[in-house]
Amino acid sequence: MATAIGIAQPVDWDVPEQTGLWKDAWIRFRRNRLAVAGLVVVIILVVMAFGARLPGTPGGLWKILHLAGDPFTQDVTNTYALPSLQHPMGTDILGRDLMARVFYGASISLTIGIVVQFLILFIGGSIGMAAGYFGGWIDNLLMRFTDIMFAFPDLLLVLVFVAAFGPSFWSIFIALGLVYWTNLARLVRGQVLSIKEKEYVEAAIMTGTSPLKLIWKHLVPNSLGPVIVTLTFGIPAAIFTEAALSFLGIGIRPPEPSWGVMIEDGYAGIFADPLQVIFPAIAVAFTMLSFTFIGDGLRDALDPRMKR
Amino acid sequence: MQATEKAPVTSVKADPVLLRVQGAFKHFPISGLGGLSVRAVDGVDLEIRRGETLGLVGESGCGKSTLARLITALLPVTAGKIILDGQDITRLRGRKLRRVRRKMQMIFQDPFASLDPRMTVGGILQEPLDNFGIGSGSDRTRRVQELLRLVGLNPNFNNRYPHEFSGGQRQRIGIARALAVNPSFIVCDEAVSALDVSIQAQIINLLQDLQNEFNLTYLFIAHDLAVVRHLSDRIAVMYLGKVVETADRNDIYDRPQHPYTKALLSSIPVPDPVVERDRAPISLKGEIPSPVNPPSGCRFHPRCPIARAPGVCSEVEPLLEPHGARDQSAACHFAGQA
Repeated sequence: MATAIGIAQPVDWDVPEQTGLWKDAWIRFRRNRLAVAGLVVVIILVVMAFGARLPGTPGGLWKILHLAGDPFTQDVTNTYALPSLQHPMGTDILGRDLMARVFYGASISLTIGIVVQFLILFIGGSIGMAAGYFGGWIDNLLMRFTDIMFAFPDLLLVLVFVAAFGPSFWSIFIALGLVYWTNLARLVRGQVLSIKEKEYVEAAIMTGTSPLKLIWKHLVPNSLGPVIVTLTFGIPAAIFTEAALSFLGIGIRPPEPSWGVMIEDGYAGIFADPLQVIFPAIAVAFTMLSFTFIGDGLRDALDPRMKR
Repeated sequence: MQATEKAPVTSVKADPVLLRVQGAFKHFPISGLGGLSVRAVDGVDLEIRRGETLGLVGESGCGKSTLARLITALLPVTAGKIILDGQDITRLRGRKLRRVRRKMQMIFQDPFASLDPRMTVGGILQEPLDNFGIGSGSDRTRRVQELLRLVGLNPNFNNRYPHEFSGGQRQRIGIARALAVNPSFIVCDEAVSALDVSIQAQIINLLQDLQNEFNLTYLFIAHDLAVVRHLSDRIAVMYLGKVVETADRNDIYDRPQHPYTKALLSSIPVPDPVVERDRAPISLKGEIPSPVNPPSGCRFHPRCPIARAPGVCSEVEPLLEPHGARDQSAACHFAGQA
């Protein structure tokens, strides 16, 4: 075999500086200013949420650093306080520090928004992959089931599930996962259907790749880009639904302050002190906007057709 | 198991034919049209001998690529048999089928679609080695570099991604992948059609060098007769799902028996402006008919310059029978005329 060296004609060996696919994507992502701004906002939110829940710091890191109060300590002598140095966002109906509650609420909202995506990825990803890969009656069965689930109004279905499981963090989590997987299943199925016809999949089969390896090494990595984008767009949707549920009174239970709970609390006294609603609403809006910008940026960055 | 497997191997060593296609059919049903189907491959018999290159030519849509996928068992046959090295591979599934693939590989048409964009070149070339358990960890890395060198690429490119390479370089990677498992038979499905003419020549030379080096057998599919002529020992011409003529390379170019072959040959431009100006290429009437509902009798009769229709050509289907030179067959009632 070694004798074969040089039997082929020498060709151009100049190849540009090596760049991995993910590095390429990151370079493209960085060019999108809105997406980078979104990423910065999300990082700030995560730091806020993390500080509010840091173990070993009663009342949260922000209280110890005197940046905010305690999210749970009531002070009935100081309700509906206007923003001041001591309470930068004022206090709520029970005299609790509003900023501390917004920070604490970030941890609940972000956790729900992000963790639910893993459940969606698991349910929607497996159903879509199975439907696309096996095709035939399996595809038909799974996709008709998906259509049926898709046909229910989202919020109504979440309400039904939460009502069935009883209101808690985990029941919201499961309910959101059980309702919002349909889009991803359809997306993954479509991706797999088109990737399955590619010559590199035939080539992999030709070189003896087993079905499981084919899925794991070729179908999954190649369908990942749009999936990541969809999941990113799913984060604000889940946060919004959680807020809506809490607003309707069947989400997170007080005194845990998710942003939805805070909006509902403040809604009662909206004319007395509109800041009660405005601050958590701004938090929800900023988070949704940021994730949407990130999703937009990722969509462009992960599209292999986009040249640098 | 060893003994039962060894026995046929020794007996077929004497068999000069490596691959037999016997009455292969592939019909793709059209859903919603009650029983209608696209008859992509409609009764093909073919033999490929050890060490030779069989060129398979025909217009786009005549079933060449489908036939390639039947031979490589990427698609199941509707009917018929594919026999590789004395073993009927048409009913094999799973692990047994995978084992057959060590003997038979494929080089694909589109170098931009045939390499997984998410894998490094090293990963692509190592996949077959991993799948068949060839060599140990460090052996495989060495083998990958050896394969790259073999096809004229820098062996240190193994950690690069396909998008960093040109079309010709990618096709070399595809060839290296096909060689990874040391196959004896390689199907080249329009392996050079997507490349520039100058690159085509490089790849064709590479394929020839590799054939001499490793005693490979090729099925070389193309729609370009000039390329096929350069590379093939024998040539088969396909029309609408059937083989209409087979012969040695020189016989088919010097004395084509089937009018379709003649028309194909006359479409090759002559690299001499004086000859080319006065040449009158045979232009066929109409288009290639639909493979859903092929013409009666001889499938070529509606476009054939010598057909007697209505008559024997539109009523009786001609068989592939010896005509002209030794080893030459044509499926035409009036073979050699016109």
